[in-house]
Amino acid sequence: MESLEEIKARIEAAVPGAKIDIVTNGGPSQQHSLRVDNEHACDVAKWLRDDPALRLDFCSNVTGVDWLDRTVKKTVKVKKVVDGEEKEVNETTEEKIPGHIEAVYHLYSMTHKHGPVIIRIRTSDRVENACLPSLTPIWRSAEFQEREIFDLYGVKFDGHPDLRRILMWDEFEDYPMRKDYREPDDYEYEPTPHDDVLERAKPYYTPRPQIDGAESIVEGSKPT
Amino acid sequence: MSEGIDEVLRSKLQQQGVWVSSMQELYNWGRKNSIWPLQFGLACCAIEMIATAASRYDIARFGGEVFRPSPRQADLMIVAGTVTKKMAPQIVRLYNQMADPKYVIAMGACAISGGPFKQGYNVLKGIDRYIPVDVYIPGCPPRPEALLHAFMELQRKIDEQKLSGANKAAHLDSEQPSEFPVPAFGKHDLEPPANPDVFHPPKLERV
Repeated sequence: MESLEEIKARIEAAVPGAKIDIVTNGGPSQQHSLRVDNEHACDVAKWLRDDPALRLDFCSNVTGVDWLDRTVKKTVKVKKVVDGEEKEVNETTEEKIPGHIEAVYHLYSMTHKHGPVIIRIRTSDRVENACLPSLTPIWRSAEFQEREIFDLYGVKFDGHPDLRRILMWDEFEDYPMRKDYREPDDYEYEPTPHDDVLERAKPYYTPRPQIDGAESIVEGSKPT
Repeated sequence: MSEGIDEVLRSKLQQQGVWVSSMQELYNWGRKNSIWPLQFGLACCAIEMIATAASRYDIARFGGEVFRPSPRQADLMIVAGTVTKKMAPQIVRLYNQMADPKYVIAMGACAISGGPFKQGYNVLKGIDRYIPVDVYIPGCPPRPEALLHAFMELQRKIDEQKLSGANKAAHLDSEQPSEFPVPAFGKHDLEPPANPDVFHPPKLERV
């Protein structure tokens, strides 16, 4: 399979106006991906599916990712003239990236037996009902997984044929996979709490009575 | 054990070929040796439950082999697996549809407390929040032997039930409820999150 750079160049030639970025993955897998802008996502996806050399006809997986507001520090070695002498200096730049929600598509080709090519589309912010174009019309297998992202992250997919909750019940209003989700307060019985759970269970604790030498058992504290 | 019969006299009579019993003993003996479980499974614990019902572990040895697919014909609900919040109302409804006398075994960590999913957003923290549980089996999942042990514990429990008096069996007491409210799907959680008439967690003392 051709490299991501080649794919990127061919997409930009085939779909005029499409903005493609290569998102690098610094992990051991080195699995880099293509970020596609929302306006051209459908056209790019269609091209990826139909291009005779790529023919990415199988969308195996769609995932959501919740990114909070973050700052990325980059350290670059720059040659600078300090005190009339040329030196290598580390220069740190900070980039603020506003929070967004991402949908990640893993694409394979059944025809050519290659893949994966990973594409990402991002919402502009993290408000409720943030929108993304649906790629279900291009890969039918994305239908349930886009519903799952809608259910757990609250991303509205435009053009999805049947966008409803899939795991949680219809009356549910929260988006539990979002990082700012707080689950309901039912910590009244936590026998082995630690960390966050300990903090949330503390309001339910009964103080231990101070009786010298007596076994500290409060009435009704024994399990029946 | 039957009350009011001298054990020594009873065994002497038995040696003479006379078998003496009480209504209570006969009634409990009949019930405990023919417990029909409700046939449903929720997660991996159900696989162990199936193994228990199959020939190797053979729950038929204890009179519990007739798994019924209808709650109307079942005595025992084995809550085998993770109860999600989406599933909980259906479990309570099935329990309500079972005819008295009825028993519940909470099988595995999930059915007891939510288990490894306790701090999740979608799993009920124990089925005892909505229906009364007779026997709890820890394990993830419990082995078939553990389920058989729970089954025998339940039989022991049935054997000790009284037919009359102040602490008679729940199904003979018209004061005791045999149906429990089905929780509704709320905006953030099930409503109510637990039935206070059923769920009495031990109070934890911490300094």
